[in-house]
Amino acid sequence: MTVTEDRLAYIDLMREIEDFFHAEADLLDERHYEAWLDLFTDDVRYWMPIRKNVAFEDRTKETTAEDDIAWIDDDKLTLSKRVQQLLTGIHWAEEPVSRVSHVVTNIRLAAPMSRIEEGASAPVKCRFLVYRNRLETETDLLVGRREDMLRRVGGALKIARRKILIEQSTLLAKNLTVFL
Amino acid sequence: MSGRAFSAQALVHTEQGEIDREIFVNDEIYRRELEQIFGRAWLYIGHESQIPKPGDFFVSKMGEESVILTRDRAGKIHVFLNSCRHRGMKVCRYDEGNTTNFICPYHAWSYTTDGKLVGVQDYDRLYQPPFDKAGWGLVEVAQLANFDSTIWATWDKNAPSFEDYLGEAAFGLRGALRAWDGGDGETELLGSVQKWIVPTNWKFIAENFAGDFLHVVSHRSVEMVGIGPGEAGGRRDDYGEAKRAAYPGGHGIVYSIVPPKKDFVQYSLSPVTSAYFAERWRKRLERLGDKAGIFPLIGTIFPNMSFHGQQPRTLLVAHPRGCHETEMWRVYFVDKTAPAEVKAFLRRYYIRYSGPAGMTEQDDMENWSYAAMASEGLIARRHPYHYKAGMGYGGKDSVIPGRVTAKEAPGTEQNPRALYQRWAEFMDARSWDELRPR
Repeated sequence: MTVTEDRLAYIDLMREIEDFFHAEADLLDERHYEAWLDLFTDDVRYWMPIRKNVAFEDRTKETTAEDDIAWIDDDKLTLSKRVQQLLTGIHWAEEPVSRVSHVVTNIRLAAPMSRIEEGASAPVKCRFLVYRNRLETETDLLVGRREDMLRRVGGALKIARRKILIEQSTLLAKNLTVFL
Repeated sequence: MSGRAFSAQALVHTEQGEIDREIFVNDEIYRRELEQIFGRAWLYIGHESQIPKPGDFFVSKMGEESVILTRDRAGKIHVFLNSCRHRGMKVCRYDEGNTTNFICPYHAWSYTTDGKLVGVQDYDRLYQPPFDKAGWGLVEVAQLANFDSTIWATWDKNAPSFEDYLGEAAFGLRGALRAWDGGDGETELLGSVQKWIVPTNWKFIAENFAGDFLHVVSHRSVEMVGIGPGEAGGRRDDYGEAKRAAYPGGHGIVYSIVPPKKDFVQYSLSPVTSAYFAERWRKRLERLGDKAGIFPLIGTIFPNMSFHGQQPRTLLVAHPRGCHETEMWRVYFVDKTAPAEVKAFLRRYYIRYSGPAGMTEQDDMENWSYAAMASEGLIARRHPYHYKAGMGYGGKDSVIPGRVTAKEAPGTEQNPRALYQRWAEFMDARSWDELRPR
């Protein structure tokens, strides 16, 4: 294989990943929650640890560990319950439903690779900027980083793990009913 | 309020079950609360498991103000105002850690973990005659109490002991905080604190956990989809019969009563967790006998500390941030000796239930925030809230202390009424002398 072919494969993969994330954002913002759920593998961990204010020398403890309390630590079943709850029409925190725009950017492969073979995974990092507004003036701006593990399943990409790092310690939003 | 002398009793008519909306929306009343209530009441600070070693500290809040919970080098626990005596800077801006000294980043005054002022810039040269550093240590709370590993404090030296402050509610709080088998085993926090801000008055939250059993419609969606730890669905396992107990200290606790039968099964979705609790239940029956089936389910210790004591198990403080905003601090706790798999299962259940992503609590916060907002208007303020449910009910229970209402009025609002009655007493009393437990 030549260097050029490898480079083209990498560019092709990056385009596929970017398209995947942009399509995911559209599914959420257009409120196709059930279709969004299909983007996750059945063994997914959707995890949003808490950020703390610690001394620089303690910086490895800034983000809560895997066995510590998190904002969210969902498996596929709980994630699907969240979607079902939205669909009841009486989940008051999202009734009426929020207006949301997901901006996903700074997308990059966190490991040197140019292909994801069937069954294999790739770590992908990105930034998100999520604007949320509901009812009259209730507005939240949720900004942070995401570390996803994308796995190829049946030819398509799926999210096998999602770690969400929001750039807030005390959460300024009254709830986290918006998927990140 | 302008002109006339303030009277909280004139706003809180518990005997008629009506409470004026002003107490939830009025900034002047709120400022008075900071002094009359948060400056005098016993407040929850933290859990001993957050500061296990000498030099450990955890930054908490009392009312709006930042305080430091420390364990000094000799192992003694303290609570200090987090503000330098020189020019007010926060001497600690970390949530937690371990240190020898708190060194102010402004002018370098430094304090030991027992609060003594030990470092002042150019002390020998600049201060002639030298001032007495002993009089300028960190401001310490007037009284501190350790109640089953929870740390409480008050700024008022005339406040009664914490046990007296709780009165008969100590029965419920102790039951909520103890190891699940009712024994002396330790509990520990599952880890870090969830902190988030809700645009509402803090009392909506205190009232909710004191025992508002009429807000069924709030949680219908989560009951429909089912997030509980058992196969039956819903949001939690069957907790038996509920009894509400109100206390003159303003505390409200809802107890669940489980018949002491052998097959009390919880957490059936995780066989390991279910087996652990089945074994604890046997221990509990052995230890407590007829009283084994009494669990404090939820409650509020006046003014702003609330708990879930049976399932899930969690502590909440609704810290006021002005009249119209509340900072929620929620922690979760477990038996210290529970297996790791049990703790992992509980942790995930607890945070899908409570907190800002909790599928139960989310809908509470929606109601608390928009109820407060819709009560702020000129016309809205003219009309009191309605707290008449279950008036005329309530008596004595053979085991549970307090004014107890059970089956005859399941939706009784007696606990919120007791909370606001005490609130009014605090707001009008000139000192603790007028507030002694009756």
